[in-house]
Amino acid sequence: MSPKQETENAHTIAVLVDNEPGVLARVIGLFSGRGYNIESLTVAEVSHEENLSRITIVTSGTPMIIEQIKAQLSRLVPIHTVRDLTIEGPSVERELALVKVAGSGEKRVESLRIADIFRARVLDSTNQSFVFEIVGDTGKLSAFIELMKPLGLVDVSRTGIVAIARGTEAL
Amino acid sequence: MANEQMTGSEILLKCLVDQDVTEIFGYPGGAVLPIYDAMFVQNALRHILVRQEAGAVHAAEGYARSTGKVGVVLVTSGPGATNAVTGLTDALMDSIPVVCITGQVPTHLIGNDAFQEADTTGITRPCTKHNYLVKDVDDLARTVHEAFHIARSGRPGPVVIDLPKDVANATGTYTPPGKVKLKRYDPQVKGDLKAIGQAVELMAQAKKPIFYCGGGVINSGPAAAQLLTQFVRLTGYPCTLTLMGLGGFPASDPQFLGMLGMHGTYEANLAMHDCDVMVCVGARFDDRITGKLDDFSPGSRKIHIDIDPSSINKNVYVEVPIIGDVAHVLEDMIKVWKSEQAKPDQKALKAWWNRIDEWRAKDCLKYTQKGDVIKPQYAIQRLYEATRNLDDVFITTEVGQHQMWAAQFYGFEEPNRWMTSGGLGTMGYGLPAAMGVQVAHPDALVIDIAGEASILMNIQEMSTIAQYRLPVKVFILNNEYMGMVRQWQELLHGGRYAESYMDSLPDFVKLAESFGAVGLRAEKPGDVDGLIKEMLAIDKAVIADVKVAKLENCFPMIPAGAAHNEMLLGPEDKAENPASEDGMVLV
Ligand SMILES: Cc1ncc(C[n+]2csc(CCOP(=O)(O)OP(=O)(O)O)c2C)c(N)n1
Ligand SMILES: [Mg+2]
Repeated sequence: MSPKQETENAHTIAVLVDNEPGVLARVIGLFSGRGYNIESLTVAEVSHEENLSRITIVTSGTPMIIEQIKAQLSRLVPIHTVRDLTIEGPSVERELALVKVAGSGEKRVESLRIADIFRARVLDSTNQSFVFEIVGDTGKLSAFIELMKPLGLVDVSRTGIVAIARGTEAL
Repeated sequence: MANEQMTGSEILLKCLVDQDVTEIFGYPGGAVLPIYDAMFVQNALRHILVRQEAGAVHAAEGYARSTGKVGVVLVTSGPGATNAVTGLTDALMDSIPVVCITGQVPTHLIGNDAFQEADTTGITRPCTKHNYLVKDVDDLARTVHEAFHIARSGRPGPVVIDLPKDVANATGTYTPPGKVKLKRYDPQVKGDLKAIGQAVELMAQAKKPIFYCGGGVINSGPAAAQLLTQFVRLTGYPCTLTLMGLGGFPASDPQFLGMLGMHGTYEANLAMHDCDVMVCVGARFDDRITGKLDDFSPGSRKIHIDIDPSSINKNVYVEVPIIGDVAHVLEDMIKVWKSEQAKPDQKALKAWWNRIDEWRAKDCLKYTQKGDVIKPQYAIQRLYEATRNLDDVFITTEVGQHQMWAAQFYGFEEPNRWMTSGGLGTMGYGLPAAMGVQVAHPDALVIDIAGEASILMNIQEMSTIAQYRLPVKVFILNNEYMGMVRQWQELLHGGRYAESYMDSLPDFVKLAESFGAVGLRAEKPGDVDGLIKEMLAIDKAVIADVKVAKLENCFPMIPAGAAHNEMLLGPEDKAENPASEDGMVLV
């Protein structure tokens, strides 16, 4: 790390934590208390036997701030592992969104056509609406949602990013 | 006796005994009645009944800092827990090991806005190193043992255990400390040998080196201070200490430059500014030390030894970070220094010391005691002269000018003798802290150097001091002002003394008497020695009201937002640009 690099970059950080009450509050409290950004945060249990959850956080900051974030996270007692997937070798990232589009006629047909191009699936449909499921990187999801706006977009629910390193290693 | 059955309260007390606890500071209430009930029928633990829960935590801090043990607190739910928050935050900021047990409403009422319910784990999450809500009595023993381990290891800190009343009443199994396995939380104590090698190499090449050391030296234990002293003497390099580090290196040593930082010495701050290699040992480059960050020691390469990785590169970029416990790392550094036969450039070092001696010649702490008003500096200097050769002396302080003068004029030769609220700057810390120190060291001389404003913040603890016959000495530098606030108002806010005058003060002599203590007063410089002599001769608590110059300022001072070489040395120096916008917003 160089001393005074001021450019801010987004980093995806994977964190393995004990699945216990308050652990998410500790992580979120750390970010809000110290003024760090959270661009996306996902959490779910990943090992029932070992009682572990995995949190994926996308945050941004200068290299010094990112170092701080990782060190501060590591300090929390229920946290086992903190990995910066952005700098520790290649990783894959995915996000899922449910997108509701309401309308009729030409717009309805057009939304279906675009969904097909984006490989979005139809999960629910009424005479007046579709719910699409789309998976991909954040940019793809945002592009899809953007295209749906003029076609009757009424509601969006996104999961936030999950990420994992490529190759054979575990976290 | 692997499966001993007992109530939650009994489990808790057994845990404390097995953790070598002998004293706890507390205050009862509904949610902790089962625990008090269990305490009533045992003799292993002595309970000290404070008069306000904030006092309990500060007392536990004083106890911990003077003994190196974990300080223990027991308070009730709701208001008991919220009163403890200031002390917990104080302990977090100064890395003091404290375990605080808070009562909680029964589990089935949690979340119901029950009587005296507060979300204690929620409230204390940001002001503890870790906290727990224990919902199952069979988790209690493991939790308590883990809490002690977390409080005292790594970078120490406060840990809260929130214990609902029904869990305290339930019957469960006790697990002894040895049987508790920790899979998580494993602070690194040994430093990386490669980094240590680099550090020694960098140090050996230095032409203008300095040791800058802090509270980490004290927290690491007395061996750390001894190793530091050995290493500093071995190298011949100058050494400065932070407010938290005082006592980590002997004040009387010629290589000691005094304290650094906002009210540090001229020589310490200029040496920090001009050095070429800085060896930071257990300190954290906080804003009271660095002043303006961009101008902080611009020409130096830095080595940073700290047990907490998050302290590294937080404010200041360092070339050689070494994560580990100070004593362990210093031991290795000394070994490498010796085996490499490091030979610093003696000519350069001599020139560096000559520079330092020129700065020293400024005599930046000088003051003149003339006329018939007592200078606060004089009072502390006389106190120091009268007590420096006594065996067992502990000094605590409140917060303000008197605290800085105490740091400047009282010399500490060894660690664990000086307790002051550094990180949080908590007025009202000193009296309960002194009480905790005295509980741990019944025969020692314990003095709280106080301001007349701060002492009123936890004055109720005089009652505790009376109850347990603790011979604590309160040495008030009474300037009838919140002096430090007034000083900033004078220097930075055009002399508008908004709300910093202490009107309607009590008569401290009578106040002392009403608590069964002795009250003394000094009004003229000639009274000071006599007052100190009398105070030291009295075998019970004393409040000494020393009337000092009202408008004296504490110098040197680096105004907030200024650099080390922009220091104000005395009343003749006016802040160049006192209202610099950057500085005005800083605290
Ligand atoms: C609990 C708390 N409230 C407010 C402050 C802000 N503050 C810092 S020093 C000070 C004045 C202290 O006055 P006194 O105890 O008389 O000490 P002096 O500076 O006069 O020596 C104040 C109000 C603080 N540090 N702590
Ligand atoms: Mg005062």
